[in-house]
Amino acid sequence: MKSLFNDIRIIRTRAVARKEFIHVVRDPFSLGMAIGMPIMMLVLFGYALTLDVDNVPLAVWDQSNTVHSRDFIAQFSGSRYFSLRKRAGSYAELVRAIDTREALVAVVVARDFGELIAARRPAPVQVIVDGSDANTATIAIGYAQAVSRGWSERVRLHDSRRIGAAEVNQPLDLRPRVWFNEELESKNFIIPGLISVIMMVIAGLLTSLTIAGEWERGTMEQLVSTPVKGTELIVGKLVPYFAVGMLDVLLTVLMSEFIFHVPLRGSVVLLFVSAAIFMIGMLGIGILISTQYHSQLLASQLAILVTFLPAFLLSGFMFSVVNMPAVVQWVSYLVPARYFVTVIRGIYLKGVGLEVLWLDVALLTAFSALVMALAIVKFKKKLA
Amino acid sequence: MAAEQPKAIAVKELEKKFDSFVAVDRISFEVSAGEIFGFLGPNGAGKSTTIRMLCGILEPSGGSGTVGGFDIRRQPEKVKAAIGYMSQKFSLYEDLSVEENIDFYSGIYRIPAAKKADRKEWVLEMAGLRANRSARTGILSGGWKQRLALGCALLHEPSIIFLDEPTSGVDPVSRRRFWDLIYELAGKGVTAFVTTHYMDEAEYCDRLGLIYGGRLIAGGSPRELKTGLMREDVFQVVCAEPQAVMSDIERLAGVRSAALFGRAMHVIAQPGRGAQAEDEMRRLLGERGLAARVERIVPSLEDVFVSLIEAAEEAAK
Repeated sequence: MKSLFNDIRIIRTRAVARKEFIHVVRDPFSLGMAIGMPIMMLVLFGYALTLDVDNVPLAVWDQSNTVHSRDFIAQFSGSRYFSLRKRAGSYAELVRAIDTREALVAVVVARDFGELIAARRPAPVQVIVDGSDANTATIAIGYAQAVSRGWSERVRLHDSRRIGAAEVNQPLDLRPRVWFNEELESKNFIIPGLISVIMMVIAGLLTSLTIAGEWERGTMEQLVSTPVKGTELIVGKLVPYFAVGMLDVLLTVLMSEFIFHVPLRGSVVLLFVSAAIFMIGMLGIGILISTQYHSQLLASQLAILVTFLPAFLLSGFMFSVVNMPAVVQWVSYLVPARYFVTVIRGIYLKGVGLEVLWLDVALLTAFSALVMALAIVKFKKKLA
Repeated sequence: MAAEQPKAIAVKELEKKFDSFVAVDRISFEVSAGEIFGFLGPNGAGKSTTIRMLCGILEPSGGSGTVGGFDIRRQPEKVKAAIGYMSQKFSLYEDLSVEENIDFYSGIYRIPAAKKADRKEWVLEMAGLRANRSARTGILSGGWKQRLALGCALLHEPSIIFLDEPTSGVDPVSRRRFWDLIYELAGKGVTAFVTTHYMDEAEYCDRLGLIYGGRLIAGGSPRELKTGLMREDVFQVVCAEPQAVMSDIERLAGVRSAALFGRAMHVIAQPGRGAQAEDEMRRLLGERGLAARVERIVPSLEDVFVSLIEAAEEAAK
């Protein structure tokens, strides 16, 4: 094999790029995909799909109905973590509230709660949690524990003040300080990672359709009978999709800045440069698939399988890789989106630059170069 | 004497196998420069496979060949620069306009900027698409599409053109115009390699090759094929309702086959038994009281091909 870039003619590459650009602009599907998809995903993930657990619907059965029990329950309903939806009068009502998802958490205060508290003896409180959504349930239990601990604390404080004793200090004073995402808002975590998913879909899926589509329509047979070179064809085809993809990155960055107010603390230049590198790799995957499978349906399904799914599940975009089993963590090292998500989150939230991210950027670059080279080598100007 | 002119196309023992299926079975032939060479055969005979190998887009399994002096196996890209190819299926971009398609192929063939406009006008003129230059290609009729495809394949003024069933699905007037164009190109020295299964189109060619079951079973000019290749006598029988007596005639001694041919019937005798067949036919028609005319004729190309194919089938048994 002579050099891949031997004798590449700009004029032919430009002709392919121009033609491909017309295809994109005239095809309502790819145009809608290119513009609509990032907006839809941002809105979906930015607004609707939040990992934050706020206003957990709560049902209460207060059997005690005393000053103490009412004060205890007010601690729940007054917090922003719970919202009181139902005051039940029986277990049956509580069960129904949870079954119908009217409430996710039910608190049962026993009949003797008031007396036990007054006598300063431990009063059991039952908290029933709908565990069908394990993530929310775990968080809700944490909230419930915090609320009850806070209330107990207050009772004890009240007692010690009343008897004039010196205030008993807690042995530990934990002072959490959250860095990078101070409000712990999941949108700040998700939206930067979402850029990688959007790029995967646009780049991988749309390009996987282009060469396969030409085989399917028979136009490739004409094209391979001309002196056009594989490299010219592939590079020319990628130019418009690269442009569309980078436009989507811009769109996403603008929306996250002005609509979702995700802090962008690092270098915008580094952000776009690393996005461009990642984009080339993803376009390469799409083309590579497309050169091997001459049916659009097969190519697009494969593209989703090898780009979208790993990007979604193994990149750390939503599900933290550190919590995954060791084997899965190892597999995730093969997913380029993992490096890109690290880079983009580093730039967005931590404001770090190449001094920290150089390895990830280098691996991304190596990956993209490898995939592109493979796509060019694997493209055969022959009929099967 | 001038040195012998190199052949535009020369093929030796060319073979293509798809797994165990032999699509093209060691064929050899030559086409001279400026010739219109017709490649005939029924569907699935190996016409398209051969043309694709000659265009350098399908790897042969065996044998060798040159096109425009370039080796089809070792220099496929050189071959591609020298030829124009029009595949059987319409293969331009339907979502692009007429002009955009031409511009695209101008770029692909790297037509110099100075010539580009001229070539474009030539294609538009030739295809009769001047008024529709900005129409989407997808809405054009079959004849227009086909002329535009030909125009795009001719943009770089190749010396050899390969046309794979160029006129299938095209109306008779467009077909006629198309062949006028091929003649015009041949007059300028362009070699045309055309596949077809229309017999009337075969008559337009300088030379023909007949491919059947992947094998080249006959070759020559239409005249040579009609007069020299057929061992059997052919009779034309003109009578009222020939279909009524056709099956009886086929059963006569000395008769090999009979087929309707327009309003008449063509009867092919068994080799060397022409006289017997003629007598038998006259006897049968006389018995039926049919006023019929039986005459020995120069076979049509169709007769020749049907007979050659039948002979090949018999030989294969």
